[in-house]
Amino acid sequence: MTRPRSALRELTATRFRLFLREPSAVFWTFGFPIILSIALGVAFRNRPPDAVRVAIEASPDAGRTLVQLASPQVKATVEDEATARRELRTGKVVLVVVPGAPITYRYDETRPEGRLARSVVDDLLQRAAGRRDPTPVADDRVTEIGARYIDFLIPGLVGFNLMSSSMWGIGYVIVEMRTKKLIKRMLATPMRKSDFLLSFVAMRALFVLIEVPLLFGFGWLAFGLRVAGSPLLLFALSTLGALSFAGLGLLVSSRAQNTQTVGGLMNLVMMPMSICSGVFFSTANFPDGMQPFLRVLPLTALNDALRAVATEGASLQGIAFQVVTLTLWGAVSFAVALRTFRWR
Amino acid sequence: MTTTPPLAVSCRALVKRYDRDVVAVDGLDLEVHAGECFGLLGPNGAGKTTTVEILEGLLDPTAGEVEILGMRWSTDERALRERLGVSLQQTHLPERLSVGEVLTLFRSFFARGKDPDEVMRVVALEEKKSAWSEKLSGGQKQRLAVACALVGDPELLFLDEPTTGLDPQSRLQLWDVVESFKRGGRTVVLTTHYMDEAERLCDRVGVIDHGKLIALGSPRSLIASLGGQEVIEVTLEEGTLDEAVVSRLHGVHGVRRVADGFALAVEPLHVALPALVDHLRGASLRLKRLATRHATLEDVFVELTGRGLRD
Ligand SMILES: Nc1ncnc2c1ncn2[C@@H]1O[C@H](COP(=O)(O)OP(=O)(O)O)[C@@H](O)[C@H]1O
Ligand SMILES: [Mg+2]
Repeated sequence: MTRPRSALRELTATRFRLFLREPSAVFWTFGFPIILSIALGVAFRNRPPDAVRVAIEASPDAGRTLVQLASPQVKATVEDEATARRELRTGKVVLVVVPGAPITYRYDETRPEGRLARSVVDDLLQRAAGRRDPTPVADDRVTEIGARYIDFLIPGLVGFNLMSSSMWGIGYVIVEMRTKKLIKRMLATPMRKSDFLLSFVAMRALFVLIEVPLLFGFGWLAFGLRVAGSPLLLFALSTLGALSFAGLGLLVSSRAQNTQTVGGLMNLVMMPMSICSGVFFSTANFPDGMQPFLRVLPLTALNDALRAVATEGASLQGIAFQVVTLTLWGAVSFAVALRTFRWR
Repeated sequence: MTTTPPLAVSCRALVKRYDRDVVAVDGLDLEVHAGECFGLLGPNGAGKTTTVEILEGLLDPTAGEVEILGMRWSTDERALRERLGVSLQQTHLPERLSVGEVLTLFRSFFARGKDPDEVMRVVALEEKKSAWSEKLSGGQKQRLAVACALVGDPELLFLDEPTTGLDPQSRLQLWDVVESFKRGGRTVVLTTHYMDEAERLCDRVGVIDHGKLIALGSPRSLIASLGGQEVIEVTLEEGTLDEAVVSRLHGVHGVRRVADGFALAVEPLHVALPALVDHLRGASLRLKRLATRHATLEDVFVELTGRGLRD
C-alpha cells in the first residue's frame, strides 16, 4: 500500500508534471528567453564605430579633398551636386563636402551622425591644411563588462520571464481548469481551497530556482555576464517578484469564465509593462512626467532591482523601494483575488 | 416495533431558480435511505443535474432544506466531503496525467480512503495505470471519473449520468462497478435518462420532469402501475382502432397512441393477444406489424407525460 501524500505536495507535483508535459509551455518559459537574448545580444553587440559616409561635390579640388580624407574613419565618394544632394536626403551619406574657400559642410544638424561626420571630416581636413594640436592626447578604449547592452538585457529578460510565467502558469491555467469543471470537481472533495491556491504559489517559487540560474548562467556562458551583487539576494528578489506576479496572475484568473477573457486580461497587464518597464530599453527614454508612474509598476520595480543587484552590486538597502513596491503589489492582488475568486 | 433505516439524503421543498423565469427545480421532496440505490430519471433539462449538485453542496438552492447523512452543508461541509464520492456530469480530467497520478492526487485530498491501486482494480483500469488520461477511451475515462469518486471510500456516491454516450459494453462495465459498490451496503444516488439503467441498478427511482417529482417507487411497482407488465405494439395497414372497445378486451389494461400505431398495456399476454386478434378480425382491420415486449420505465414516463424520455 502506497502511503497517501499530503494534498499540497501532490497538487504542486501535479502542476510540475503538467507543465513539463506541455512542450509549448516549456519552450516559452525556457527556450524563448534564451533565443531572444542570443538574437538581441548579437544584434546589439558592441563593435567599432562604422566609418562615416560622406560625398564630395564634384569640382576641380574634389580629387585633393578625396586624398585628404583617406582614413578608416571615413568613406568618401565624389558625386555631382544633384546626386550628392539626393544621397544626403535619402541618408546614403550623412555629410556633403563642397570644396572651395571656404569649404562648405552640408548636413542635417539634428542627426547625431551628421554632427559626428562633420567633426571627423573637419579634423582631417584641418590637419591636412597644417593644423597642429597644441596639447598631446592619448585614447584608452574600454568596453566594460556590466555596461554592455547584454548586461542590461539579461536582468530585464529575467523580470519579463518571471512575469509571463506567473501569468500563464497561474492566470491561464486556473481559467482553463475552471472551464473544464476541474475546480468544481476538486471542490467536491475535502481538498482545502488554500492548498489548491498554495500549490500554484509553491510551483512559482520553485520555478525561480530554475528560471533565474538558467538565464544568468546562459548570459555568463555566452556573453561573460557577471553578477556583481549577492546571488542570494538575486534569488530572494526573483522569488519576491515571482510571488508578486503570482498574485496578479491569480487576480486576472479570479473571475474569468473562459480562456479568451483571461487572455485579454493578461495582455492588458503584460503588454504595457513589457514596453514601459525597461525590459528591452531603459525607462529613461520616457518623459520625466511619466517616471513616477513607471517606477511603481511591478515589472519596473523588479527590473530596476534586478539590475541594481546584478550589475551594480546593490545591497538590500539599495533596493528597498522596489522591494516594498513588489510586496504591496503582491499583497493587494492576493487579497483582492481571494475575495473575488469564482470557485464554482 | 419498526425502525426506519437512517436517511442518507433528504430534501424538502427544494427550489432552484436561474435568472427570473427558469425554474430548474420546482419544489422537490426526496428521501434516500442508507444502503439503497436511488435513481433520478428524467429527460434532458428535467432538473436532474441541478438537483444532485444541490445535494452535493456545489450549488446553493433558492429555497428548501437539504440534509445529507444527517448533516447540513452550511455547518458540516468538511466532514461531509470526507464521506461523499461525486462524479459530475462532465469533468475533463487533466489530459496529461496518468490514471495512477490522477487517483493518487484525488486520494491525497481525503484523510481516509482506498489505495489507488485497489480502486484501479475495481474499475478495471490496472493495465492503464501509466497511460495518460487523454489516451483513454470514452468508457475508460468515465470509469476513471468514477474511480476518483471511489478513492475516498465514500459512504454515499453521487453519479450524474454515468453512462451517457457510452457504447453498450462500456455501460455494462460501469454497471458492474456500481453494483460492486452497492454490495458493500453503501448508498448510491444516480441520474440517468436510460430506463434500462434505472431498472437494472436502482432499488427506487424518482421520475422528474420540469423540476417536479411526478412518480416515485421501485421500477417494478412503477411498471405495475401501468396495469400490465407487457406491451403489445400494433401498426395497422389502414383504419384505426376503436380505443374504447379495445381497452375493454380481456387482459388489456390501457391503450395509447404512439407514432405509428398503438401500444397496449396488457397482462396476462396469453389472454390479451388472442382477444386482440379476434377483435381485429371481427372489425376487418389488417395488421401491418404486431410486436410484444416487456413494459419499461419509458412506458411509465410516456403514460405520465405523453412524451418520450428522449423527445
Ligand atoms: N447555470 C444555469 N443558468 C441558467 N439555466 C440553467 C443553468 N443550469 C441549468 N439551467 C436550466 O435548468 C434546467 C435544468 O437543467 P439540468 O439540471 O441540467 O437538467 P438535466 O440534468 O435533467 O438535464 C434546464 O432548463 C437548464 O437549461
Ligand atoms: Mg444533467
